Amino acid sequence: MSICVAANIDVRLGQTTILDDVSIAVSAGEWVTIVGPNGAGKSTLLSVMAGLSRSSGTVSVDGHDLVDLSPRRRARLLAYVPQQPEVPPGMSVNSYILLGRTPHLSLLGVEGPRDFEIVQEVIDQLDLTGFGHRTLESLSGGELQRCHLARAISQATPIVFLDEPTTALDLGHQQQALDLIKQLRQEHQITVVMTMHDLTLASQYSDRMVLLSDGRVVAEGTPAQVLDPNHLSTLYGARVRVLEIEGDIVVVPISE
Amino acid sequence: MPGAGSDSGAVVSERLRASWVLLGLLAIVSAIAAGLLIGPADLESSGVILELIDRLPLVTVDSGLSSIHANIIWEVRLPRVVLGALVGATLAVSGASYQAVFRNPLADPYLLGSAAGAGLGATVAIVTGSGDGMGTFDTVPLLAFLGSLAAVALTYFLGYSSGVRRSPAALLLAGVAVASFLTAIQTFIQQRNVETIRQVYSWILGRLNTASWDEVSLLTPYALLASLVILLHRRTLDVMRLGDAEASSVGIRPQLVRLIVISAASLGTAAAVSVSGLIAFVGIIVPHTVRLLAGSSNRIVLPLSMMFGASFLMFVDLLGRTIASPAEIPIGVITAFCGAPFFVVVLRASRRSLG
Repeated sequence: MSICVAANIDVRLGQTTILDDVSIAVSAGEWVTIVGPNGAGKSTLLSVMAGLSRSSGTVSVDGHDLVDLSPRRRARLLAYVPQQPEVPPGMSVNSYILLGRTPHLSLLGVEGPRDFEIVQEVIDQLDLTGFGHRTLESLSGGELQRCHLARAISQATPIVFLDEPTTALDLGHQQQALDLIKQLRQEHQITVVMTMHDLTLASQYSDRMVLLSDGRVVAEGTPAQVLDPNHLSTLYGARVRVLEIEGDIVVVPISE
Repeated sequence: MPGAGSDSGAVVSERLRASWVLLGLLAIVSAIAAGLLIGPADLESSGVILELIDRLPLVTVDSGLSSIHANIIWEVRLPRVVLGALVGATLAVSGASYQAVFRNPLADPYLLGSAAGAGLGATVAIVTGSGDGMGTFDTVPLLAFLGSLAAVALTYFLGYSSGVRRSPAALLLAGVAVASFLTAIQTFIQQRNVETIRQVYSWILGRLNTASWDEVSLLTPYALLASLVILLHRRTLDVMRLGDAEASSVGIRPQLVRLIVISAASLGTAAAVSVSGLIAFVGIIVPHTVRLLAGSSNRIVLPLSMMFGASFLMFVDLLGRTIASPAEIPIGVITAFCGAPFFVVVLRASRRSLG
């Protein structure tokens, strides 16, 4: 069953076409990664699917057209972490993660014991115990990334959108972050839709990949189906080889 | 970390510590006491205190003050102290809320043209002679109030029609344009009417020296309404610190919150400005001091800004009317004199923890 359906998404900025008739359906529990060269429209598509950018198509989540939902109801269905989330100066880790509880509070209300409990669980799960009173600026890149994830998870939504969740991280932290998302996805039965540049990592974690180029879907399917070396060479203007090492797909750049 | 909650490690939201509330109350009480006890008329402190006690219900004591002296307390010093507290609290909490909705540490309550609009309104009233600062019906506060609100409305309209949906920066730029435009008109009118230039100038520098209970009752409803609306949004304003896209992704409507909070803060600011003139810097230095010392959450910043804004302005007014007594130094001069050096400190520290 599809939990999120984006149909005939068109986005234009002046004369430029950002997305051209894109349609995607995401099944409940699936991990879908949107890949494509710079400027392909990945982030725009993600933000349209998360209800944060307008488009001429329709997006429905859990059977509701996003246009008909108030921001509060929408925020109970989906969480979104942008590529470079804001880091409010002086804000503590606790306060930051508690902001994820906003759609579950009454209008102009404040958090109660239940919200503190949920956030405590998320904090323990994401290995942020003991960081609660630190300010966000004092954290390392990897710790900060876990805070962003923690805020999204504490929002307790069935679907989570992540825009390039590993960009700022080194190789080890990239794997840790993706392992964490994998683990959280299983424990909370979350559907994950994310964008990513690293094709190898994307292929190792995703159930399905969608390849965008110039605002159109050019390939869609399992990682093995999407990562065709000839196709990638043309789209990315790069010299690549796609290898299979012990069951993993590996996309490697090669020299002339 | 200051204001971050308990040390037990359990998750709690940032909240206002009792010690800060007590300090704020202490500052207010001492400012009121100093304002009532000190002045050109040499009143016995014991007499002032007894006179106050005498007014308590069911208590009757003889203060030993003459009725003229009692009048100085009730009709001169007290309304001025109360007005200072109301203006200070309103400007400080409005400034803090502007900084929150614009996520800009330099935002102050005059940012969207409030001051320029009020200045033009007051200048027109003074120049046309309809407001001479005397009598029961004075058009200076009325026109200043209307000018201030009209300027903010114009800014909002211009900003909205030129892309405020994309970025709140459009609103700030519209504010700059409106303020420059209205200031140009105000300066033109002022230059054409040099005979009233002193009056206009004195109004622009801000003053509480015409304070009577009339001004207090004029300002009170707006100050209460503005403060209430802003305080109710204390958590929402913390969500706004995530920026519009992320705030919207956790379920609030940033445009709407900005409109509501700006409306409330502008109403309060317009009312404060209409009775006190343009008192600078209170809306910036008070919230930033609170942020640096007590914590950056708006649950802390907003209530403490009100308390310290009130006590700060009462003390500044006391300075203004005593250091060159019997002459008065305009209150706006003293707030700016203290404010400008402080501003430098704030700017230097803002790399660290202001928000």
